[in-house]
Amino acid sequence: MTGWQMLFYKEVLRFWRVAAQTIAGPVLTAMLYLLIFGHALEAHVKVYDQVSYTAFLVPGLAMMSLLQNAFANSSSSLIMSKVMGNLVFLLLTPLSYVHWFVAYVGASVFRGLVVGLGVLLVAAFFTDLSFVAPLWILAFAVLGATLMGSLGLIAGLWAEKFDQLAAFQNFVVMPMTFLSGVFYSIHSLPTFWQTVSHFNPFFYMIDGFRYGFFGASDVSPWLSLGVVASATVVVSIWALWLLRSGYKIRS
Amino acid sequence: MPAISFQSVTKSYPSPRGPQGGTFLALDHVSLDIQAGEFFGLLGPNGAGKTTLITILAGLGRATSGRVSVMGHDVQTEFAAARRALGVVPQELVFDPFFNVREALRFQSGYFGVRRNDAWIDELLESLGLTDKANANMRALSGGMKRRVLVALALVHKPPVIVLDEPTAGVDVELRQTLWHFIAKLNKQGHTVLLTTHYLEEAEALCGRIAMLKTGKVVALDSTSALLKAASSNVLRFKIDGELPPALATGARVTGRVVQFPAQDALAVERYLAAVREAGLVAHDIEIRRADLEDVFLDVMKQHGTPTEGSAP
Repeated sequence: MTGWQMLFYKEVLRFWRVAAQTIAGPVLTAMLYLLIFGHALEAHVKVYDQVSYTAFLVPGLAMMSLLQNAFANSSSSLIMSKVMGNLVFLLLTPLSYVHWFVAYVGASVFRGLVVGLGVLLVAAFFTDLSFVAPLWILAFAVLGATLMGSLGLIAGLWAEKFDQLAAFQNFVVMPMTFLSGVFYSIHSLPTFWQTVSHFNPFFYMIDGFRYGFFGASDVSPWLSLGVVASATVVVSIWALWLLRSGYKIRS
Repeated sequence: MPAISFQSVTKSYPSPRGPQGGTFLALDHVSLDIQAGEFFGLLGPNGAGKTTLITILAGLGRATSGRVSVMGHDVQTEFAAARRALGVVPQELVFDPFFNVREALRFQSGYFGVRRNDAWIDELLESLGLTDKANANMRALSGGMKRRVLVALALVHKPPVIVLDEPTAGVDVELRQTLWHFIAKLNKQGHTVLLTTHYLEEAEALCGRIAMLKTGKVVALDSTSALLKAASSNVLRFKIDGELPPALATGARVTGRVVQFPAQDALAVERYLAAVREAGLVAHDIEIRRADLEDVFLDVMKQHGTPTEGSAP
C-alpha cells in the first residue's frame, strides 16, 4: 500500500464510521422527497410517456444525493482537519498534490456512489426501476461525483470556518442541484428559465444520468456527456492547481 | 554532508507598518549547518523566527529566498526525500478525533509508505508509556498523553532527523523526564535532534550546540560549553523585600523577590551589596553561583539591542 492508498482508506473509514449520518441520513432524506413529491404530484405531472412521475423522480434524487454527498465528503474532511489543526500530519508527509487529489476525490466518489446506490436500492421498493443503458448511468455517476468531490476539495481549501462552507453549500450547491431538473423536465419551464437551466452543469448531469434509466432525456446524452466531462476536467485542474500551490495550507 | 542545512534563508511578509518599506522580515539571511548526530538547540524570544525556520524546514511554508536541505535533499525540489528524513513534533496539541492512537500511527506510517510497521509502533508506544492507551480515542487523552502521541507520530517512519518545536511547553515533570530520556536515547543511537525550547535549563543539559535567534537573525552560535565559558562567570543572587532603585535594576535580573547580578569578582559583589544597603534594603539568602545558559541568553539578547517586552526566553 503506497501513501495515497492509505489516505484514501483513511478518508473512506472516516465517513464509514459515521455511516448513519453520512449514508443512511441522505438516503432517508431522498426517500422523504420521493414519498411526498411522488404522492402529491403523481396524478398531475407526466414527463415521459410510459414513465410514472415517481419513477421519473428516482434517478434525479439518486443523482442529487450522490452529488451533494461527494461534495460534502472532501469539503467537510478538509475543513475539519484545518480547524482541528491535524492537517499538519498530512502536510509533513511526502505525499504529492496528485496523491492528495486522488485520495480525497476518490473517497468522495466512493461515498457519492454508495449513497446514490442506496437511494436506488431503497427506491426499488416503491417503484419499478428500469436500466436501459447502464453504462451511461455509470459514466454520469462517476463523472458527477468526481466533479463534486473536486469542488468540495476547492471549497474545503478556501473555507476557513464551518459557516463559510455552509454558505457555499446553501447558496451554490443546493440551488444548482435543485434547479437542475430533479423534480421536473425543463421543458415544463418558461423559456427564460429553460435558457438559464442550460447554463447549469448540474442539469446535464441529471439529464444524462436519467437517460441511462429511461432512454429518454431533454437533450442528447452526448451533449450532456461533453458538458459534464469538460466541467469535470476544468474543476479537477483547478483543484490540482490549488493543491500544488499550497493554497491556504502552506504559508 | 550536514543533516540540516539552512543557507541564507530569508522570509518576509507584506506588512504595511513594517520597518523595511512595507515588508516584515521574519528571517533575515539565516545560515546554519547542523551535523548528523548533533543535539542542537534553537533558542530565542517569542517572535525571533524559530517556528518560522522550522516551518520552512518541514515544508509547511516556503522561504522567500535561500535554500534548506535535510540529509542533502532540498526541502522544495526534493520534498519527498527531505520529508522522509524528517520527523517533526509540532508545537500545537493537534489530533484527529475520529481515530484511536494505534490507527493514527498506522495511518501516519502508511502516508510515508511504511507498511507492516506494528513492531515499531508497539516499541514506540512502550517507550512513551502509551501501551495502555493504544486503543483509546485521541479525544479521551490528557494533554500530556496527546503530546506523547505527537512524538510517536513524528517517529513512526524512523526518520534520521528529529525536530521538536517546544515539546515541553505546559508538560508535567514526569513526562518531561520520560520524553528527554527517550530523545536522548535516540540521539545516542545516531539521530540528529533539533530542539526549540523556552526552558533554558533543558537546552543547557541536553544540547551540544546552540544557536540564538533574535528578530530573524542568528546572534549567537557555538557549543553550549563555549557559550557558558564566554559569559561572565559568576552570578550574585539574593532576595530583597523592597523595590530595587531604577539605577540598579537595569543591570539586574529580577524575578519577584529574587535579584541576580552578573559579578566578575569579589569587588563587584561588594559594590552591589553596598548599593543595596545604601538604598535602605536588606539582602537575604545571599549566594554566588556559576552563570547558566539563562544568563548567557539574557546577555546575548541585551548585546543585540534592548530587550523588548516579552523577551524572556
